[in-house]
Amino acid sequence: MSAVAFADPTFESQAAFRRIMRAMSAPGAIVECGEALAPPPPLARAAAAALLTLADFETPLWIAPSFPDAIGDYLAFHSGAPRAAAPDKAAFALVDLSADGLDLARFALGTAEYPDRSTTIVAQASSLAAGRRLRLSGPGIKDQAALAVSPLPADFHAQWAANRAAFPRGVDLIFVADAHLVALPRSTAIIEGAG
Amino acid sequence: MSANDAASSPQSETPEVAARRRAMALLARARREELAEPIAKRWPDHGARDLKPIESGLVMLRGRIGGDGAPFNLGEATVTRAVVELPTGERGFAHILGRDAPTARLAAIADALWRRDAGDVETLVLAPIAERLAGEAARTRAETAATRVDFFTLVRGEDAA
Repeated sequence: MSAVAFADPTFESQAAFRRIMRAMSAPGAIVECGEALAPPPPLARAAAAALLTLADFETPLWIAPSFPDAIGDYLAFHSGAPRAAAPDKAAFALVDLSADGLDLARFALGTAEYPDRSTTIVAQASSLAAGRRLRLSGPGIKDQAALAVSPLPADFHAQWAANRAAFPRGVDLIFVADAHLVALPRSTAIIEGAG
Repeated sequence: MSANDAASSPQSETPEVAARRRAMALLARARREELAEPIAKRWPDHGARDLKPIESGLVMLRGRIGGDGAPFNLGEATVTRAVVELPTGERGFAHILGRDAPTARLAAIADALWRRDAGDVETLVLAPIAERLAGEAARTRAETAATRVDFFTLVRGEDAA
């Protein structure tokens, strides 16, 4: 039996969009999202909400091979997004941090003329609060904010510095765990990894 | 231009695609009772459930003049879409004109049943709809034919040598 998505697609996707926008505008803030969804496992509810809200027939979606086919079928059926052949052709990407790790350089960074043509990566984490605390600064952060996603690759700090250096090109990250998400847009810098 | 012409597609089409297209085109033009009665009688416990909520929206209609003119946007039409799945796994889809959600759902159920019991759906559901549509088309043609005027030009005197 196939899984259903939003019960009321118009209003629920608008509500999810509002929360994703809040997460994007306040990097490091953990936002609840997708609590009413029941996507096929192992897809997190917040990942389903983000992709069902943002992806459509114009945005190629790349799904890491660690996800079973049922996930691709579910997202394609309900969002209408085509599958991208390679990560650097994708507007959106879905990865599992535990199974796939994270290599930002594999994804589309956009071009100098069209920096919006980059990949927004939805990265499924096991926890948004239990990892090493990274201090953030940048637009949307008044005093301080922190990111404590787990698991992150050991060289994430360096990868993110390289992503920052390419500004205005670069990828944006949405970390999800169960029904929560936290965003790391390309404008945010990691100023230190305490402890 | 009739709805059948509009439904034909330039994409290469296999016999299965053509058969499904014909079935879905007939279901899209069915009246509610033409679907509800045979489904209630033959498949009372079909157990279909909605995969997507039934939604009404607008589609842009494209037109062209004379069959070879440049395509233009004619206007928008209200359509209602239903997507259902049977407990046996067949998915049914329907797009119908208007905002009649129960009819769209019945058409989607009939489409899903067609993929499982094509023969029964053909005889119980599709054949009566096709018959009604053919009768209506014949009536329209007959009414049009009764008012037809054939123009022709007589040879006029001054042209004669």
